[in-house]
Amino acid sequence: MYTSPLREPLIRGNKNYKQVTDDILSPMAGKPSKYWYLGIILAGIAALFGGWATFRTVFYGIGEWGLNKTIGWGWGITNFVWWVGIGHAGTFISAILLLFRQKWRTSINRSAEAMTLIAVMCAGFFPLIHMGRLLLGFYIFPYPNTRALWVNFNSPLLWDVFAISTYFAVSLVFWYVGLIPDIGTVRDRAKTKIRKAIYGFLSFGWTGSAKHWSRHETISLILAGLAAPLVLSVHTIVSFDFATSVIPGWHTTIFPPYFVSGAIFSGFAMVLTLMIVTRKALNLEEYITINHIESMNKIIILTGSIVGIAYLTEFFIAWYSGVEFETYAFFNRAFGPYAWAYWIMMTCNVITPQLFWFRKLRRNVMFTFVISIFVNIGMWFERFVIVVTSLHRDFLPSSWTMYKPTLVEVGLYVGTLGLFFTLFLLFIRVFPVIAVAEVKGVLKSSGENQKLTGHE
Amino acid sequence: MKEQYYKSLDDLIYDARQAAEEVDSGDRKSILQMKKESRSEATSRRDFLKLFGFTIASAAIATSCQQPVQKAIPFLIQPEKIIPGEASYFASTYFDGNDYCSVLVKVRDGRPIKIEGNALSPVTRGGTNARTQASVLGLYDNKRHKNPKFKGKKISWEDGDQQILEALAEIKAKEGKLVLLTGTIISPSTNAVIQEFLAAHPGAEHIQYDVISASGMLQANEQSYGKAFIPSYDFSKADLIVSFDADFLGSWLSPIEYTKQYSERRKLVDGQRSMSRHLHFEGGMSLTGSNADERIQIRLSQEKLVIANLYNELKKLAGEQPVNLPASPVDITKVAGELIAKKGKSLVVSGSNDLETQLLVNAINELLGNYGNTIRTDVHLKLRQAMDADMAGLVDRMEAGQVDGLILYDVNPVYDYPQGERFKTALQQVPLSIALPILGEETSEHVQYICPDHHYLEAWNDAEVKSGSYSLAQPTIRPIFKTRAAQESLLKWAGNPVDFHTYIQNYWEKNIYPQAQDGQAFIDFWNSKLHDGIFESGRKEDGLSAYNGERVPTILAQVKGLKGNDALELNLYTNVSVGTGKQANNPWLQELPDPVTKICWDNYAAVSPKLAKELELEDEQLVMINDFGPIPVVVQPGQEHRTISVALGYGRVNLGTPEGTVGKNAFPLVASENGSLRYTLKQVNLQKVEGDYQLAKTQSHHSMEGRNLVRETTLEDYLANPASGNEMREELKSHLKSLYAQRKFDGFHWGMAIDLNSCTGCNACVVACSAENNVPVVGKEQVIMAREMHWIRIDRYYKGDPDNPELVRQPVMCQHCDNAPCENVCPVAATTHSNEGVNQMAYNRCIGTRYCNNNCPYKVRRFNFFDYTGADAMPGNTIDPAEMTTDLRRLVLNPDVTVRAKGVIEKCSFCIQRIQEKKLAAKNESRQLQDGEVVPACAQSCPADAIVFGDLNNKESRISKFFDDERNYHLLEELHTLPSVGYLTKVKNKTV
Repeated sequence: MYTSPLREPLIRGNKNYKQVTDDILSPMAGKPSKYWYLGIILAGIAALFGGWATFRTVFYGIGEWGLNKTIGWGWGITNFVWWVGIGHAGTFISAILLLFRQKWRTSINRSAEAMTLIAVMCAGFFPLIHMGRLLLGFYIFPYPNTRALWVNFNSPLLWDVFAISTYFAVSLVFWYVGLIPDIGTVRDRAKTKIRKAIYGFLSFGWTGSAKHWSRHETISLILAGLAAPLVLSVHTIVSFDFATSVIPGWHTTIFPPYFVSGAIFSGFAMVLTLMIVTRKALNLEEYITINHIESMNKIIILTGSIVGIAYLTEFFIAWYSGVEFETYAFFNRAFGPYAWAYWIMMTCNVITPQLFWFRKLRRNVMFTFVISIFVNIGMWFERFVIVVTSLHRDFLPSSWTMYKPTLVEVGLYVGTLGLFFTLFLLFIRVFPVIAVAEVKGVLKSSGENQKLTGHE
Repeated sequence: MKEQYYKSLDDLIYDARQAAEEVDSGDRKSILQMKKESRSEATSRRDFLKLFGFTIASAAIATSCQQPVQKAIPFLIQPEKIIPGEASYFASTYFDGNDYCSVLVKVRDGRPIKIEGNALSPVTRGGTNARTQASVLGLYDNKRHKNPKFKGKKISWEDGDQQILEALAEIKAKEGKLVLLTGTIISPSTNAVIQEFLAAHPGAEHIQYDVISASGMLQANEQSYGKAFIPSYDFSKADLIVSFDADFLGSWLSPIEYTKQYSERRKLVDGQRSMSRHLHFEGGMSLTGSNADERIQIRLSQEKLVIANLYNELKKLAGEQPVNLPASPVDITKVAGELIAKKGKSLVVSGSNDLETQLLVNAINELLGNYGNTIRTDVHLKLRQAMDADMAGLVDRMEAGQVDGLILYDVNPVYDYPQGERFKTALQQVPLSIALPILGEETSEHVQYICPDHHYLEAWNDAEVKSGSYSLAQPTIRPIFKTRAAQESLLKWAGNPVDFHTYIQNYWEKNIYPQAQDGQAFIDFWNSKLHDGIFESGRKEDGLSAYNGERVPTILAQVKGLKGNDALELNLYTNVSVGTGKQANNPWLQELPDPVTKICWDNYAAVSPKLAKELELEDEQLVMINDFGPIPVVVQPGQEHRTISVALGYGRVNLGTPEGTVGKNAFPLVASENGSLRYTLKQVNLQKVEGDYQLAKTQSHHSMEGRNLVRETTLEDYLANPASGNEMREELKSHLKSLYAQRKFDGFHWGMAIDLNSCTGCNACVVACSAENNVPVVGKEQVIMAREMHWIRIDRYYKGDPDNPELVRQPVMCQHCDNAPCENVCPVAATTHSNEGVNQMAYNRCIGTRYCNNNCPYKVRRFNFFDYTGADAMPGNTIDPAEMTTDLRRLVLNPDVTVRAKGVIEKCSFCIQRIQEKKLAAKNESRQLQDGEVVPACAQSCPADAIVFGDLNNKESRISKFFDDERNYHLLEELHTLPSVGYLTKVKNKTV
């Protein structure tokens, strides 16, 4: 197979198949390191904090939050949109990049997909907990009932329910299908009976026969085809929550593309944050190379610029429309009492990612890590700005208020972060963090040894 | 046979029945027999297992599914006219020593639950105010006195009476001094009772004491006309009203009556094309001042100077010789010119309690020929009768030990007398002290005998609010506690133990019935007047002498000019919610935002923006005023530069919240001058102290931001173009196009219109709505969090220079949009549009996403952030800062309206329960529903008739006429929400 000599190898070190398997599966063997324990304890404590906050919210009511008569959504929905956004990278990487035949995706798709699933779980938690009557939350499903009550298909919140659950289901299946060959490998290497039995069950009897491989490839492609439009639809629908309303600052047709690019932007930032730590901690630097990081940085600069353009377009339209409420809403964003949040958003999302135009910076691991954190912060503030600053000063000045989160709201956010890291830490213990089979698939064509000797 | 013992009546009855009826049915056994048999037989293993299983299962069920058992017991014999689920209305009278209102009491299943205005009354004409609306909650107040007490210990009425009678006999024997201290008595029967009591105790004396005194006015009229009285004012006859700090729409004398009269001349509907003009001079920003066409700031210490100058100027214009006077701080030549042009059609009033000021006002009205036109001296207003000197003299005599017995009826001087502390110590000098209170009071703690009076809803009473205008009060519920009508107590101690019902009836038969002269038998007369609640006899006062203005020149000669400009003045006032503090334990009133500052749950010191800048004061900064405080500052636009205003009626001990007090008691600041009380202090010190204090505000942004929310015009422009101020509406309407067909409503299409020109912002509707719709009270902390639940609110915006702003108001409730943004976003369809155009909430279906609230451009939806009502399924999570969920308080709930649980959205329903009630009534009578039959609680309560409700499909209805008016517009119409609520532009009668 021809490979461009200009392209850098995707896997460093002269690896053979056994080495690949050994390297990637090593974190699953033996006892976890003390850092792993430390991590899971910290994450567990954060999750417990969230548990306390959940109890207070459900038992005492939404009054435990800082919301009021004017601002009905605060940190809860901010976090929801943020987590859903983060949940976009995984499926984007595995589905869309698969369809575009981007080979570099193989090293990161597994953990990115796992991250997606966990992030969507965290996201889904918020629409549930933000309900005033959580215990009656099942009303939202269109189930047949004797009272002949039906849901309101006009409501974007209902579309959300379907969009998120579909996305979660497809992502889960896609991720699991991809895992099956690797689980087979883990099963084959298992030394204890229990381990063998569990992985044996989970591998669905994978034998690695050509027929299995053929079916696996086919279903992967079909699922990729299914998942790809979902990547675009989920955040589009989330943006409809705002776009279909009448509130100035929400009522904007630009929202769907703006939200999708923002989601991919934040998703890649989160993947970077996690991968940079994981590759170091699990000694996977030869699989997740600086080249991978650079590729992701390029996507960040693209999506970040789209988001930046969207911000400016909103301002232009606010002025151009001549609607006084709209004009005021955007003026208020940039110069009102929540201007600090707006400028954090602008700095983190629009200004700092532009530094990736410099090759040196985009190939600097530490710098990338810092910027990825910035993007995570910036994207959180983007949602905060959209949700809170639009609501706090809408049409009638008599109802204008301010909003300040309470400890319970902070607890819920920290709790989901705790849940996220707990599940991620468990994931790296029980499943291969890199798709072994897929990496092997590109080893021959894009491995370092291949690159060095390719022209013989 | 052995004697049968039974354990319960059930056993016995069952046995007896069986014996009687089922002689032959041998196979049926009584419970006792079965028990006996089961005891005699040995329990088998199977039975054991069965019982064991059953016990475990039932124990598990009983412990896991704990549901409170509630018993509904039907009437065995249905009382006449009591139909479960149907309300009865009883006419009654509200008078708390300060406010008067003729009311209808709505009684459901034996419980009074709502106060409505009595439209038959010629005085209040169906209007109410916030305090009247809220008074029903005072009935269900846990802090009321529940038994008679002697020195803090419960005592029976018999023992108490006996002891008191002995003590009274002792005083009588030694010819001691007995004093009966009451508020102003407007009840003729009570007055007769008092006379009887005084006759039975020779040497006893009756002293009246008004918390908010009008003794200056009474004295002035005594000097001018030979009798101490308050005349009857008619604001509806005045083309020009000039008021000097008389808050006649909020707190001055008879605000409901005056609001009715005033608003009558502020309407530009039904063909009326003229309106009155209102000029207002004041220091603080009052409800009345904020409604004036022109408001002129003066320091109240200079009120007399300004009025003297006005009088002088008027004299000059009338061709008389003016005298030399120090110059007025404000220009009054224009006012004088306007007044002289409206001779006989103007009205000048002053809220001052100063004799000389009131004499000058009398002179002005006399000069303008207003007597006989806008002021009637042959009809007297009886609401204030107390002379301040009497009370001052009483305290002196008490201190000197000259009072041997003191009976306090419906007064609380330890709290509201300026020298309350002095009164308290003096009270210890009185050998016999008896209080006849309703609510736990500061004073009653220091008396020996507490003989609690009924709440007015439990009692018989009558009133003569104006000469010849009688009204009756009747019990609407049996006394909840062991209370007794104060009149009965007095009669008992006077040796005439008759019940007050009989007494009042006899009194009416002897004294009032003869005035009727329509040939009816007394019993028919009585029944019809009791039904109507009022009786108009047409009696006129006589014995007045001709106007005597001899003191006026002396007053003019003595009027002093301005001396020094930098002294700070303090102005004490009563607001529309708490008033004099009598209903301080009423959470509805405590949570009612002030119509000017929008602050509730506290009083505060209002200062002008200029003064705040000079002294570096900010909102919520704590200050001391002389030694009063610390009290938080509120920077009040429109406040006179060096005037500070503080509301009275706050700081009642342990009232308002379960523990502690609300605000600070400012009564001790009230001064005394020339024997009468002064509510203005000419020189005070303001001292900043460390710290600040959070105030609960329901509105924190005060500018309309240039938006067309409240549309305004002037009378001149309106006459030229009725759509002036509302010109943008035509253009907006041309833009309102939709791809979708507009929804049609076949039967009714309910709509509401609000005349911004008549609405004064008095807040009666807010309390009425809370009472009607079980709107929860959330408490100060939650209001600070901006979570108040009011379904109707009155937005208030300032306009122009902060030092002298104009103020506009706008009542906002659910607009019931026909294209409602809230409806399409609810995922579970909990809020939908009815086929009568009402935007409705299905509380049961709501899961609390608050999406509807976010998407409501009017922000009228309210969310139950906590379990404020006790309706939540989870026990132990109720947040009830004002004890509104106690069993006693809950008696006030309207059974027609669901009590909302935690986590659901609620909002104005157009009083759907009232619509349904009237529709059903019309259907049962097989007739069409008439226009004006359905009246929502807010419209019913409105003393200004600013709210009109009806069917938009009926082109003849009043609402349709309002909607067709050129002044009508919809709030945020450009959003194409198609609201069913319209607003009529505000028209000010002023020249720009």
